[in-house]
Amino acid sequence: MDRGGRRVFAGLTFSVSAGTALIVTGPNGVGKSSLLRTLAGLVAPAEGDLNLEGASQPDMAVHEHAHYFGHQDALKPALTALENLTFWQSFSAPAPSPGFKSAVMKPVQALEFLGIGHTARLPAAYLSAGQRRRLSLARLLITPRPLWLMDEPTSALDTASEARLLDLMNNHLSGGGIIIAATHSPLNLSTIVRLHLETAPEPMAPLSQERDA
Amino acid sequence: MAIWDYANPTRFLRLVEIILPWLIAACAAAFAVGLYKSFFMAPEDYQQGDTVRIMFIHVPAAWLAMMCYSIMAISSLGTLVWKHPLADVSAKAAAPIGAALTFTCLVTGALWGKPMWGTYWVWDARLTSVLVLFIMYLGLMALWRTMEDPIKAGKAAAILTLVGALNLPIIKFSVDWWNTLHQPASVIRLDGPTIHPDMLVPLLVMALAFTLLFFVLHLMAMRNEVLRRRVRAMRMRAASVAAPATARATAQPAE
Amino acid sequence: MTGWVGSLFARELRIAVRVGGSGMIGVLFFLAVVSVIPFGVGPDLNLLARIGPAFLWIGALLATLLGLDRLFQADRDDGALDLLLMAGRPLELVVLVKCLAHWMATGLPLVVAAPVLAIFLNLSPTAIGAVTLTLLVGTPALTLIGAIGASLTVTLRRGGLLMAVLVIPLTIPILIFGVSAADAAVTDPVPFLTPFLILCALTLISAVVGPIASAMALRFSSD
Repeated sequence: MDRGGRRVFAGLTFSVSAGTALIVTGPNGVGKSSLLRTLAGLVAPAEGDLNLEGASQPDMAVHEHAHYFGHQDALKPALTALENLTFWQSFSAPAPSPGFKSAVMKPVQALEFLGIGHTARLPAAYLSAGQRRRLSLARLLITPRPLWLMDEPTSALDTASEARLLDLMNNHLSGGGIIIAATHSPLNLSTIVRLHLETAPEPMAPLSQERDA
Repeated sequence: MAIWDYANPTRFLRLVEIILPWLIAACAAAFAVGLYKSFFMAPEDYQQGDTVRIMFIHVPAAWLAMMCYSIMAISSLGTLVWKHPLADVSAKAAAPIGAALTFTCLVTGALWGKPMWGTYWVWDARLTSVLVLFIMYLGLMALWRTMEDPIKAGKAAAILTLVGALNLPIIKFSVDWWNTLHQPASVIRLDGPTIHPDMLVPLLVMALAFTLLFFVLHLMAMRNEVLRRRVRAMRMRAASVAAPATARATAQPAE
Repeated sequence: MTGWVGSLFARELRIAVRVGGSGMIGVLFFLAVVSVIPFGVGPDLNLLARIGPAFLWIGALLATLLGLDRLFQADRDDGALDLLLMAGRPLELVVLVKCLAHWMATGLPLVVAAPVLAIFLNLSPTAIGAVTLTLLVGTPALTLIGAIGASLTVTLRRGGLLMAVLVIPLTIPILIFGVSAADAAVTDPVPFLTPFLILCALTLISAVVGPIASAMALRFSSD
């Protein structure tokens, strides 16, 4: 796949099965975020394709089954926390698939669950960075989508919130979901496959490994 | 840069090397004949005198300016639909030529207008349409210049070019409508079917010469653009030596 | 399935109303432009009555363009655009809904303000009605065409000026038929309905072309 006229990576093949987290690691600038953005359908790959097996609606693209949890919070400071969340709930199409069960929460429940229930009626502008992060995370709980794409999910979270996030991620996995996360810090998750991206000494040498967990 | 790894642009450059000398020769010959005919063979107009000879530049420039936009629109389809790597090079190379042609058309039109209409500029439907076309060419060039990544800029410009192509007939129609509303006095039709063969032949030769000139310039500009992108790709590669372009992947279970 | 359209519309409208009243700023700009005109052309009331519809239209065009550069950029800046693209909803419809909400917040106030400003320009009651009606029909087209420019320049930090340059040539037909219809209502020889219906047609065309082109540009912009 290409980024800004530069081939970021080539010949990358992997598969992740239900209930598994794929942890993408590697040095800065190697293309972890680009990989996630490609999976999210935001960047078109130069060649190759993405497949989701066992989806109930095969005509839906992979990214329509995915939540993208990136660096930006996608919150409107003028709207209250609840309004932000309710909008994403009704706007994002749910993507139910067999073999994936998740406890879908109501927006208020999700806020309570993440410990920011008291901010529901406050405009998002008044929230701290950690609170904004958690509000953004709540988005993943209210619309059921089996695939979570997470770019540095633990940034700007304190230890307690991080533990809660890991609980959530483990719940998601045990419900049959898939997580693909790019991170520097180790994540304590139940079933993990690692994908380590590193710069190749020989440019354009495709090296790939396939692994089913 | 991925698409430049393919052989296509290289083959294109080789093809240009072969074609270009012949095209230049043909263009020079056509201009020699055309200019000779239009200056020495074509009769003076009984009303306009020697001024009529401006038309031999003005009319072909206007025709070519419109053809240039059609080529850009086709190239834009090539960018968006067939994703051909040379399509947006072609569109980008054509825009400044189109701007130059519309500019020539406007300047010669003004020079002709001064003795004929007594003023350099008249809000005539045709002149106005050409002026709008000129602004659109400049806008497209500005869009290309402001966007850093040539691939992205190419796609954005392609969308704008196609919207413009849809819009140009509407603009032409509305300007005509506006014009008949505001000044019913009609302008002398010079390129109409009533033109005398003595004038028509030089005009057609000049049109041929302009077409050849367009293709010479277009191919040259495309070649420059291909080379410019190669330089850009080389620079990017040089910058990313520390972190080369390809990632290798290894996957193993974490237990 | 239509619930998301309503909530998107409500969200856009809420943001527009709560963030510093962008519609009000547009109206202020409109007022400023129109009140400068007599200083330029002189206070001759007959002249003002003749060119009034044209200046109201140009003022509305400029005010619309001024507010459009944030149409998609705000969503891009905070990452919401990525999520809008991923939500599994037809992007063309998303763009159309966003444009309609944007027009409600910024275009409609201009239409409402137009009759008041028309008094400054000595327009007759018929002309005031005609100008307001043409603006009501025509300004959505300005927003929809402007959306193309807004999505093309969404990645540029200071794309507002470039956007105006790209969009203005495309709005010429709307300006021509809008002003012609307004003029035709006052001066006799041309019927009002001909240019007015063409203006309606242009608005409908831009309601198709604008969202399609703009959605295409947005998809490329996330690259």
